[in-house]
Amino acid sequence: MYERHILICAGTGCISSGTREVKEALENELIKHNLQDKVRIILSGCHGFCEKGPIFIVYPEDIFYCEVKAEDMPELVEEYLVKGNIVERLLYKDPTTAGTVTSHEEIPFYSRQKRQVLRNCGVIDPENIDEYIIRGGYIGLKKALGMEPLEIVNTVKSSGLRGRGGAGFPTGMKWEFAHRSPGDKKYVVCNADEGDPGAFMDRSVLEGDPHAVLEGLIIAGRAIGSDEAYIYVRAEYPLAVRRLRTAIAQAEEYGLIGQNILNSGANFKINIKEGAGAFVCGEETALLASIEGERGMPRPRPPFPAVKGLWGKPTCINNVETLANVPLILRNGADWYSAVGTEGSKGTKIFALTGKVNNTGLCEVPMGISLREIVFDIGGGIRGGKKYKAVQIGGPSGGCIPESLLDLPVDFDSLTAAGAMMGSGGMVVMDEDTCMVDLARYFLSFTQRESCGKCTPCREGTKRMLEILERITRGKGEPEDIPRLEKLAVAVKDSSLCGLGQTAPNPVLTTLRYFRDEYEAHIFDRRCPAGLCRDLLTYYIDAEVCTGCRSCVKACPAEAISGEKKEPHAIDEAKCISCGACFDRCKFGAVKTK
Amino acid sequence: MTNSIGEIENAQALFVIGSNTTETHPVIGYRVKMAQKKGASLIVADPRRIELAEYADVFLQLRPGTNEALLNGMINVIIQEGLADEGFIRERTEGYEEMAAAVLKYTPEYVEGITGVAAEDLRQAARLYAGADSAAILYTMGITQHTKGTDSVLAVANLAMVSGNIGKPCSGVNPLRGQNNVQGACDMGALPVVFTGYQRVDNEDALSKFKKAWGVKLNSQPGLTVTEIFDSILQGKIKALYVMGENPALSDANLHHVMEALEKLDFLVVQDIFLTETAALADVVLPAAAFAEKQGTFTNTERRVQMVRQAVNPPGEAKPDWLILQELAYKLGIEWHYETPEDIFQEIALLTPSYAGISYQRLEEEGGLQWPCTDGEHPGTPYLHQGKFSRGKGLFTPVEYRPPAEEPDEEYPLVLTTGRNLFHYHTGTMTRRSNGINAFKPEEMVQISIDDAARLGINEGDMVEITSRRGHVKARAAVTEKVPPGIIFMTFHFHEAAANLLTNNEVDPVAKIPELKVCAVKVEKTEP
Amino acid sequence: MISLTINGQRVEVEPETTILQAAEKLGIFIPTFCYDPELTLVGACRMCVVEVEKARALVASCCTPVGEGMVVHTDTERVHAARKANLNLLLANHPLDCLTCEKTGNCRLQDYCYLYGVSESEYSGDRKNYEPDATNPFFVRNMNKCILCGLCVRKCHEINGAGAIEFMNRGFDSKVTAAFDDPLENSSCVFCGMCVDACPVGALTPKQGLRKGRPWELTAVKTVCPYCGTGCGLELYVKGNEIVGIKGDALSPVNRGLTCVKGHFGIDFLQSPERLTRPLIRKNGELVESSWEEALELVAGKLKEVKGTELAGLSSARATNEENYLFQKLLRSLGTNNIDHCARL
Ligand SMILES: Cc1cc2nc3c(=O)[nH]c(=O)nc-3n(C[C@H](O)[C@H](O)[C@H](O)COP(=O)(O)O)c2cc1C
Ligand code: SF4
Ligand code: SF4
Ligand code: SF4
Ligand code: FES
Repeated sequence: MYERHILICAGTGCISSGTREVKEALENELIKHNLQDKVRIILSGCHGFCEKGPIFIVYPEDIFYCEVKAEDMPELVEEYLVKGNIVERLLYKDPTTAGTVTSHEEIPFYSRQKRQVLRNCGVIDPENIDEYIIRGGYIGLKKALGMEPLEIVNTVKSSGLRGRGGAGFPTGMKWEFAHRSPGDKKYVVCNADEGDPGAFMDRSVLEGDPHAVLEGLIIAGRAIGSDEAYIYVRAEYPLAVRRLRTAIAQAEEYGLIGQNILNSGANFKINIKEGAGAFVCGEETALLASIEGERGMPRPRPPFPAVKGLWGKPTCINNVETLANVPLILRNGADWYSAVGTEGSKGTKIFALTGKVNNTGLCEVPMGISLREIVFDIGGGIRGGKKYKAVQIGGPSGGCIPESLLDLPVDFDSLTAAGAMMGSGGMVVMDEDTCMVDLARYFLSFTQRESCGKCTPCREGTKRMLEILERITRGKGEPEDIPRLEKLAVAVKDSSLCGLGQTAPNPVLTTLRYFRDEYEAHIFDRRCPAGLCRDLLTYYIDAEVCTGCRSCVKACPAEAISGEKKEPHAIDEAKCISCGACFDRCKFGAVKTK
Repeated sequence: MTNSIGEIENAQALFVIGSNTTETHPVIGYRVKMAQKKGASLIVADPRRIELAEYADVFLQLRPGTNEALLNGMINVIIQEGLADEGFIRERTEGYEEMAAAVLKYTPEYVEGITGVAAEDLRQAARLYAGADSAAILYTMGITQHTKGTDSVLAVANLAMVSGNIGKPCSGVNPLRGQNNVQGACDMGALPVVFTGYQRVDNEDALSKFKKAWGVKLNSQPGLTVTEIFDSILQGKIKALYVMGENPALSDANLHHVMEALEKLDFLVVQDIFLTETAALADVVLPAAAFAEKQGTFTNTERRVQMVRQAVNPPGEAKPDWLILQELAYKLGIEWHYETPEDIFQEIALLTPSYAGISYQRLEEEGGLQWPCTDGEHPGTPYLHQGKFSRGKGLFTPVEYRPPAEEPDEEYPLVLTTGRNLFHYHTGTMTRRSNGINAFKPEEMVQISIDDAARLGINEGDMVEITSRRGHVKARAAVTEKVPPGIIFMTFHFHEAAANLLTNNEVDPVAKIPELKVCAVKVEKTEP
Repeated sequence: MISLTINGQRVEVEPETTILQAAEKLGIFIPTFCYDPELTLVGACRMCVVEVEKARALVASCCTPVGEGMVVHTDTERVHAARKANLNLLLANHPLDCLTCEKTGNCRLQDYCYLYGVSESEYSGDRKNYEPDATNPFFVRNMNKCILCGLCVRKCHEINGAGAIEFMNRGFDSKVTAAFDDPLENSSCVFCGMCVDACPVGALTPKQGLRKGRPWELTAVKTVCPYCGTGCGLELYVKGNEIVGIKGDALSPVNRGLTCVKGHFGIDFLQSPERLTRPLIRKNGELVESSWEEALELVAGKLKEVKGTELAGLSSARATNEENYLFQKLLRSLGTNNIDHCARL
């Protein structure tokens, strides 16, 4: 028997920071010390803490090493595995207390989380179905196969589960529609397109616990009366695709999919379709069009997919995370599930925490947790001791939430009321150095680029909003631009065809709502309060620092800089066009802005 | 057509034979494609890989001139596989046994030998056609322009009856008529044996009715058909010819023969809107008004009588044909007093039972009306033979396959088949004078298969000379997959390359239609 | 039957009816660009948005089915704001050359801008700048005027089946093009002109009527196409004594507004300089102009010379029923039944 298990994270993040090399080095060291039969190496799915990767956990003691490198292996094996001395320098250091922690339970990043959906991620070998089964996998399916389809629907309904793909539609209700839609052929579709920049929870689940998704899909199929599923995976997720294929093959071998699954008489087939690459393909009707081989463009709803979906057949389409919740509900019951969360939002939600916080990565939290807890406890507060400004929730089509709302409970309805949305769960934290106008411009440039072009408000409207924002950040804003922008944003939100256009104005509307003064400063005072918008900066040369090297003189396209060699130079404000060339060029940091 | 254009889209199966519908009847072609999109099975039979072949569930690429074999083969399969509509056959038809006996030998394998169509494809076509709840047959000149065109038409009728696909919506036997008022011209008795509404000139009652109505003496001897007219001219039996809006000098088979006849005439009068090839030979040419310069009615291929309205004045001194005819009649001592075309139409309605219920007033108010429309209350007839055939019981007629009159041989190794293209119309009198169309498609392109072209050293765009026993023409070659080896295709739109100099004027013994769809030719590369 | 309220008026309609159709039933006008009941509903232009109580956003009335008890408002401030913004956005990317545009007076963009009082766009910025495709002889495609309603694309695919044009690119760069953005004549286009008739703006313009008349100067005359036996209904647009435009007659049960290239673009032969304008008589082997009197006298004289069946006549499949009738009446009255026409060709 093995004395120890070592989990090395093999999520996409950790692999790129060196998991393979670490594993190889570890194997060599184990052989050197003749430990290969005593220590088993498990390549696990993502632990969510990618920033500190590769993550390396030793069981049964639960010692959490992070940022390990292949070069660390001789020392780790020699010191810890052989001699039992903890290698302090590879432990996690708490940025708030500056102390180190050994166990992964003690790390605030993990301790405030409630890892239900991610329970297996980073713990089991995702390429081994047995490990999933040992941890209670496919029990939910077995139960479901013993239930009437409507019973399954009702269980999911009373669990209060809502879609995690963005809109938060009650999953049980969606299943019921699909169940009640007449038709011999129905489909279930898993939306694994995950197009929000910065979001990677679906990828982590697919890579770390693919069977949970498969189990959810099979249960969904059973509930609505479908025998065929498609998983639409983003093309940039090759590892997820590979793990899914492996998982499907193993599940087939175990009789969990294929003909007559678990002797229930039911058949189930799962197809994988790789995405077409456009963000809008994540929108359900565009996604279905894309599976059908058409251009991935949204179609009007109704008819909803549950009535007329893939190839005109009733289709239930759910997000990866939504489906990964389903086995838990079936296994533990609706009451167990709904014990966590708020009135309108049950269970947990995974967020991808990024931006100016100390700890970034994936975190799964109970619905209703406050933003403050996420940012300051799990995220460990703002990096560099700066001031919190806002958090953008819900990806590029979400909205930003200011400091005054930090105690907002994070659930579907509160976020929407605040002008943001749950979206897929992107969470970008911003500090005082962020210009909110520029932020809106940045997100809009994404949605504008991704607009499919089918409907007028989104196609033309995102373009014009972006142009106005660009104008403002370049110091060319006009006083009418604010009402103009607001009116347009409202119209685009109100009249676009699909969710992309309906949500694209959110960053604009929320920044206008909470940070209107910044817009006004840009337009009326020609000033960027965060000091970020280049065109609005005044450049000057700090005579104390300037060495008189003349490089800035050469760099300036407007011939605005003068000064003798080896004497401090000066910028003629009247000539300066605020291009920042001198700022970039100066090696001594003498060019400054105000 | 026994049925209506609007029904096509809702048929469950469509069998298109000898009709390049998307080019010759484009708007009906759209409907066929729509029906297919809505789920109708589509069976297409044509020697060429026409556009509809791309949409077809089964495409039967038969050899030219083998329609009856193919149709008999389908009937054979339907009977053998128990797909025949026995109730329909029993209650609505007669002559089934003889017909069934005649098709016995047309097994799919036997038919394959004649038509070149794989036996399995033929079976599938028969199953799709007879298996549908409603199946319509659409055909055009590919069926009729043969020395045995009448047989083909009968075989088509046999096929429709054996599967009960007639006398109900979205089914029927639907010849798509080629010209805008060819149906009307027939209805109006512009035929040698009938007055209006197909009342025979040798029928006593009809004859006396018209004598009385017109107040003249009438001849009860059936007259001659076009092809017979030209033969008779050459035999000296016909001395004068009056041509109104036709161009036989380009449209008819074996033009040399036609020209010879036209030149032999003592007197030729041509009434037209342009100086056509025929008018150029006339003794007198009368300038006529075109469709948009006069009032009247046209009857389309689905028997719908529709109003034609005047938009502009005729050029110069040109006059509507009806006015010219009235003035000429007057000079001949026949006094008519028509003030307007409506007066003429009232007379037609009075003398023609199938038009009796149609009036200008109704046409204005209700849009078009489909005959038979027998009285002022009759709503018109979208499809014929409901409940009963006009002759009582539908008659099956046994049909045997006969080879075309002229088959390829060593000297003339290729088969020429003719037709139209999308852009031009008939002899090009109108389309060649439309600036846009003529600029877009200014010349004939003979379609030749890739194999034959390679064998003859012909490249796309090369000038070739096509020769038959009757004449020769030059045109550019279009090397294409649309025609199979052994077959070339030409249109008859271009006087510069008049396909009818080549075609065979051998006619069908009954319908007197020349075999425009098959003749033997040879092709050689030549200089422009 | 489903009952709902639109602008305070109750209406009962069949299930599956759209809000737009229900409003039509009440005579309530809703502007549309991309809607055509014969085509797939795409809900792309968003001009037809209306307010439905309890719905989160505005809904496109053209493709939203009615629901029991639905309460709809078609003319609220919110609806107007959305439509005005929509028009503003379209104008920001549309050449404002209405003075010379062929579509003036018949352009839905113009009509709606008038209706909602939008005279120029509130927005400035990038505009489309494409070279018009004008190389085919039938019509010009100026994609700078295109509002991307997609009617032409759907007509071409769903009704014609030619599938010659498609959307290319995405987002702001979307454009309707033939394959490879080639000129139309290199595509599968059959020049049926359906797209031209469908276009709500001046992006597709027939060459025939160029600068020959404004819509309000034209009279529409309904008639039947002179070409094949289908008998498509046509509308001829006439100014003075000239036909300057042709369209399929949308109300004709035969073609429901569709035509082929011949009916749509091939009628200009009427104006050909080669038309016969005076009778011609052969004198000394040459055809020379004559008066009607002289010509008819000559014909009558010659016809009197021949006896009965020595005369034959070819009537015309392109003349009217009335004329065919008179032709056979005349010949039969002269004692011959030798009458035929090219029915068999
Ligand atoms: C522009 C756009 C992009 C979307 N992208 C995704 C996505 O990447 N993944 C996803 O699950 N849902 C996405 N959605 C939401 C889907 O349309 C759909 O609501 C979801 O797949 C339903 O699953 P759920 O009910 O389980 O959330 C997107 C929606 C829009 C409007
Ligand atoms: S809202 Fe944007 S992405 Fe959605 S259909 Fe309209 S143009 Fe396409
Ligand atoms: S003319 Fe007809 S075939 Fe050509 S693009 Fe337009 S709709 Fe398509
Ligand atoms: S060309 Fe006309 S019909 Fe086609 S998409 Fe543009 S505006 Fe619509
Ligand atoms: S008309 Fe309804 S969206 Fe265009």
